[in-house]
Amino acid sequence: MDDVHADVRTRYEKLTEPYMDCTFKFEVVEYQGAKKAKKEQIRIIDSFKYLGLRGKIRLSNPAQVFTVLQSYSIEADLCPRSEPDYCWFGRQVGLSARSHGIVDRYEIAKRPYFGTTTFESELSLVTCNLALVKEGQLVYDPFVGTGSFALAAGHFGGYTFGSDIDFLALKGGRPGQKDIKRLKDNFKHYGTQTKFGDVLCMDFTNSALRKDLIVDTIVCDPPYGIREGLRVCGTTNLESAKLTENKLIDGEKAFLRREYVQPKKPCTLDFMLDDLLRFSAERLPVGGRLCFWMPAADDEDIPRLIPQHEKLELIYVLEQSFYRWSRRLLVYVKRDGSYTGKTVTKEERAHENNFRERYFNRFI
Amino acid sequence: MKFLTTNFVKCAVKSCDASEKSFPLKYEECQLQSEEQEFNPAFIVSMLDRIDWDALVSVAADLGNRSIPAEKPENIEQNEALLRELHSLLLETQIVEGKMMCQNCGHIYYIKDSIPNFLLPPHLAN
Ligand SMILES: C[S@@+](CC[C@H](N)C(=O)[O-])C[C@H]1O[C@@H](n2cnc3c(N)ncnc32)[C@H](O)[C@@H]1O
Ligand SMILES: [Zn+2]
Repeated sequence: MDDVHADVRTRYEKLTEPYMDCTFKFEVVEYQGAKKAKKEQIRIIDSFKYLGLRGKIRLSNPAQVFTVLQSYSIEADLCPRSEPDYCWFGRQVGLSARSHGIVDRYEIAKRPYFGTTTFESELSLVTCNLALVKEGQLVYDPFVGTGSFALAAGHFGGYTFGSDIDFLALKGGRPGQKDIKRLKDNFKHYGTQTKFGDVLCMDFTNSALRKDLIVDTIVCDPPYGIREGLRVCGTTNLESAKLTENKLIDGEKAFLRREYVQPKKPCTLDFMLDDLLRFSAERLPVGGRLCFWMPAADDEDIPRLIPQHEKLELIYVLEQSFYRWSRRLLVYVKRDGSYTGKTVTKEERAHENNFRERYFNRFI
Repeated sequence: MKFLTTNFVKCAVKSCDASEKSFPLKYEECQLQSEEQEFNPAFIVSMLDRIDWDALVSVAADLGNRSIPAEKPENIEQNEALLRELHSLLLETQIVEGKMMCQNCGHIYYIKDSIPNFLLPPHLAN
């Protein structure tokens, strides 16, 4: 706190000038701190007396709110430290969507359509926030599934498109459900239907999006191979591939018929991620962001599993941990020609991110 | 599938990438439905930057609409009649069922239940 005061004292006069006579109140907001007694809060607030604000104090609806923010870390005994690690002082200019109840409103169970892969509400919103999704942008989720990211992007004003290899996830409905709902119904439910572009059934590694289409933002949770398949179009059985190519039904090529079901074969997470980076580097405008979640077992050399592309700068790596594994939200920004990063594809990475195998072997 | 989306998709077969004939696809036997949406001229104007006008004209013709001018008119921002027509075509016209054919390799994709399916058979995928 002493540092905060020392800093505020050197420059508050210019900053407080327009607010000297406004009604105001003070707030102390903590992250991970123990709840403070009223007396302690007042002590902190009083320590700013030297600002000399002349306005009336008003607790409800003041013209200005001055806030002391404190961030605490947790000790080994799981109690917060007695002194904060960081303090800030400032004037409130706006609050995040969180303070308007957005996390609760987007809770999965409140949506008309969801499934086993639906990404949780809070982190979907955080992902789109870090992706800087805003009005007028074209946002794309190449592994859209039940569309958690698309819905969150729509909330922030992005015009959203999604694709997935699983036709049934796009078509919607749940087992036993009579009135079939799909992603579009979720947009309607939240009043954002004008932000719903379309969903396409396609294999990301055989994309149908034209090459020169600019996509402002890409957000996704690539398949891990646990609750959903990690698959691409094709077959490992070359014999049967030859057969389908030439198979006729009613004198018509079987693979050109409406009912034909395209076979799928397994692929690796590394392969998919390399393709995701290459695709993003091609389609994002300079400054556009790619945000996705990468899972990994905790005992892996994780930094060396992270894919890189020479045109994409990795700016944040944010971890969410589980038992023996974790996933990281990776945020990349497309840079212009003057930026020279290093492409690190699966061939150059230390070893394979065989998350699926590790998961099913309980990470032993 | 919205009409707008037809302006974003080409044939998914990799060997068709280099061919101009793989975009737009040719739309056949399409069943259309109109789905009302609020008119937002600013949105249409912003989308025009991303739209390939020739493809728009050609797909509109596939679906029986020949009223779109062949050349992209100047100052569309001020032309409310045209903006309304584009709004109804791009955003309100849904293709519920239909076929999309690549004019380079001849492969046929289907739109089923309003969802276009671009999955490829094994001999065309890689
Ligand atoms: C982890 S889930 C994403 C779920 C989504 N975020 C949601 O809220 O439902 C991954 C998705 O990738 C899809 N997928 C797997 N392989 C794919 C491929 N080759 N191309 C496109 N989608 C694929 C799966 O069908 C699955 O829906
Ligand atoms: Zn083709």
